[in-house]
Amino acid sequence: MTGYKTVIGLETHAELNTKTKIFCSCKNEFGSLPNTNVCPVCLGLPGALPVLNKAVVEYAVRMGLALNCTINRVSSLVRKNYFYPDLPKAYQISQSELPLCVNGYVDFWYDGEVRRVRINRIHIEEDAGKLIHSETGEDVSYIDLNRCGVPLIEIVSEPDICSSGEAVAYLKTLRSILKYLDICDCKMQEGSIRCDVNVSLCAQGEPLGTRCEMKNVNSFSAVGRAIEYEAARQHQLLDKGEIVQQQTRRWDDIRGVSFVMRTKENAEDYRYFPEPDIPPFEISQARIDELAQTVPELANKKVIRYVTVFGISEKEAAYIAEDMKLAQFFDDCVSSGRHTPKSYCVWIMGELVKYLNSTAKSFEQTALTVSGMNDMLDAVSKGVISVSAAKRVFEVLLEKQTPVSTVIKELGLAQISSSEELERIGKQVISQNEKSVQDYRRGKTNALGYLVGQCMKATNGKADPVRMKDIILSLLAQ
Amino acid sequence: MQLYDMTLHELSDMLAKRKISSKELTLSVLDRIDVTESRLNSFITIDRQGALKQAESVDFKRSKGENLSVLAGIPIGLKDNICTKGLRTTCASKMLENYVPPYSATAAQKLSECDAVIIGKLNMDEFAMGSSTENSFFGVTKNPFDVTKVAGGSSGGCAAAVSSGEVIAALGSDTGGSVRQPASFCGAVGLKPTYGTVSRYGLVAFASSLDQIGPICKCVRDCAIMLSHIVGHDKHDPTSLNRGYPTFSADTISSLDGLRIGLPTDLYEKCTDPDVLARFEDAVRILEKHGACVKHISIEGIRFALPAYYVISSAEASSNLARFDGVRYGFRADGISGINELYTKTRSQGFGDECKRRILLGTFVLSEGYRDKYYKKAVTASRLLVHSVKQQFENVDLIATPTCAETAFDIGKKVSDPVQMYHSDIFTVLANLTGMPAISVPCGLDKDGLPVGIQLMANSFGEQTLFDAASVIEACVGRIMRRCENDRI
Repeated sequence: MTGYKTVIGLETHAELNTKTKIFCSCKNEFGSLPNTNVCPVCLGLPGALPVLNKAVVEYAVRMGLALNCTINRVSSLVRKNYFYPDLPKAYQISQSELPLCVNGYVDFWYDGEVRRVRINRIHIEEDAGKLIHSETGEDVSYIDLNRCGVPLIEIVSEPDICSSGEAVAYLKTLRSILKYLDICDCKMQEGSIRCDVNVSLCAQGEPLGTRCEMKNVNSFSAVGRAIEYEAARQHQLLDKGEIVQQQTRRWDDIRGVSFVMRTKENAEDYRYFPEPDIPPFEISQARIDELAQTVPELANKKVIRYVTVFGISEKEAAYIAEDMKLAQFFDDCVSSGRHTPKSYCVWIMGELVKYLNSTAKSFEQTALTVSGMNDMLDAVSKGVISVSAAKRVFEVLLEKQTPVSTVIKELGLAQISSSEELERIGKQVISQNEKSVQDYRRGKTNALGYLVGQCMKATNGKADPVRMKDIILSLLAQ
Repeated sequence: MQLYDMTLHELSDMLAKRKISSKELTLSVLDRIDVTESRLNSFITIDRQGALKQAESVDFKRSKGENLSVLAGIPIGLKDNICTKGLRTTCASKMLENYVPPYSATAAQKLSECDAVIIGKLNMDEFAMGSSTENSFFGVTKNPFDVTKVAGGSSGGCAAAVSSGEVIAALGSDTGGSVRQPASFCGAVGLKPTYGTVSRYGLVAFASSLDQIGPICKCVRDCAIMLSHIVGHDKHDPTSLNRGYPTFSADTISSLDGLRIGLPTDLYEKCTDPDVLARFEDAVRILEKHGACVKHISIEGIRFALPAYYVISSAEASSNLARFDGVRYGFRADGISGINELYTKTRSQGFGDECKRRILLGTFVLSEGYRDKYYKKAVTASRLLVHSVKQQFENVDLIATPTCAETAFDIGKKVSDPVQMYHSDIFTVLANLTGMPAISVPCGLDKDGLPVGIQLMANSFGEQTLFDAASVIEACVGRIMRRCENDRI
């Protein structure tokens, strides 16, 4: 894309995992039978009134604090009016002039540096129901209103994102924060995070170009593809000397193309006005301060620290930080000071990842403890067990909490440390392998390896291969 | 005197002393309905069986010596925009012709918990939009004083039913005068309480920031009793106020010494009906005679009240009525293909003209490019009015005007001129825009024998002051009874 800079802004919707819905006491639950988690309020029956769920406000405030936002102590709701069969009241209760959180930012590691994306606002709103179109070709649609009133936050970024890769990294960062705060299930396939993508191109030194918004972008990889497609489309238009029209487009991920939904001329007029059923609401500074205490060090900050302080790679840092429990384990290991961050990282990224992948478990489901990890590494560094034996110990430590010394004893993995014993084994192997001894003496050096291997086999791997080799050499020299 | 002609507090006393049973009383009211209803059309739905069953159940409870509410066994009617579980609630609209709510409004629930007998659901202007009950899908309600006249609106069914003895008391709703104006037209007492004192949960919304449920009764004391039983914080209504509520009373006539009455002369001098002005001034003199002092006041920005009211109420209505789209419940047009046609045909056929007019008006004033010019300006005007009325209440305790500039008008007279109809609300909308309480109490008859009402408005939570002053007027003027024995109806 020479000559033009891609400018991207994202509007990210995340469903909050509060126990109940935003305006009524119906269960906030995915996957129930259609139209079972409903009541007069979320069905929009005549006369029913919404009552704001305080937990929704607090969840959103925590996200705001995590994204360094200013919290509006007084905030208000508005009605966004439009007709659609999945919207029972024909308006969505949302926020506009006084959103809960404003003017924040998020830092994350991307492409070898720390990137900062400013957050314009975070506001709360209600989700709509779901239309299910008949698959048998009848001219019928069904409506499941269970999702009506599921609480959402919309996180609106400034147009600070420059590439599809950065957009995906930004979204992954948001996801990790939502997970750390435990305020969203973060299941893309269930629609718990959704995204609208705004793309414009701008020539070097020029003001921002006309933007197009893409809706229906339902996975992180689709976000990347939609941005690439849209940037290329606008680039082509500009190259032909045409102008980019302000549009809302629908992304079709299967076909990899987008279509015009609305142009600026026929843009919907949502007739926003203050929600008269719910007075403006207030949150105290004291409560905001309490909520701030519940925000832990977040994944994006951990990644930056791991890379810059511990010197581990961006990929490794991202893997570890992604899982809050694993990151906590890693941090605890490092702060125990018994081994280097890198030595822990090697085991995590090697044996642990292998185990988690093959068992489909999460780190939290393993039995691994900081002391187990340290005792095992001690045993290796003191020569009590070989690295290959350590892997077997590690497997046990993942399954159950047992002292490392017990595991070593039970599996009989301790290395043979007595020189007499090693010499006895060496002599025995030499006497049983005369042909190899002769080969070695004729100059076939790889016969040495074979002899050492036989010794290892005879000891079930409990001999230190380096010491064993020295002993064989000295025996052969006699 | 027939039972149906007696007041709530008299009947409550007789019930408590077991001089009558609730069943007798309920039958008296139902018999009265049989006589009058064909001429008045106050009701949309009459629940005879439910009412009698409830009356018998109250009588049974009383026979066991249970401690019962003053409302126990009293036949009451509800405006048909107050949801009643299992009992059709139509809002006088084709849109909800067969709609049966799965839950009850808090106010209705409170009455049921007091063992009141719900006789049925009362006629109104469609979705409470109107001042004459002519905008009802179920036909116009007629005035018990003269069946060629309107009963007022939008709670015209409530006022006509109370005034004619078809119910002992009723709950209406008041968005711009819809309780007070019909009460005035039918010689009843109507109260719009302070916004937030009576839960709106289950009241089908017209304009959420202005709507308030209020009682229409035969006398001031009944009104105080009814109000005492429906006020209170409701966790289902975030606009309901969480505060201590007194028990209101109007049992004795107290002196009004020191009470300051403000007369916004420039507001009602346009009132062209000399009888209305004369009766109003008589009533003011009664207040003076009982110790009140009168001051002439001028409310800054009062000329904005009516336009601001119609802009704000229509804006909110356009949003509140958007849910009636034929998708989930209520009326759905036949022969539709596609969702847009479903919406347009259903809404074109399901709503009456007045609703459509207000939906269009409300949609317009909220639209991009017009919102600042109309809606936001109206909200600003409304805030100004709150400020200037509050200022007035530093110098006066009550503001008095006629409830309406005229008495009940001929059926059909104003239907073709909506703006003239909107002017009916000129004295009443201020209480809604400011959220303050106001009462209409009868103060005499005009030359044609039609009732005239005086409206008293107080600062927020000043309901008891309203009852005190209104009972003085009532005591001097007497209950305005329609000439029921040599009846025009």
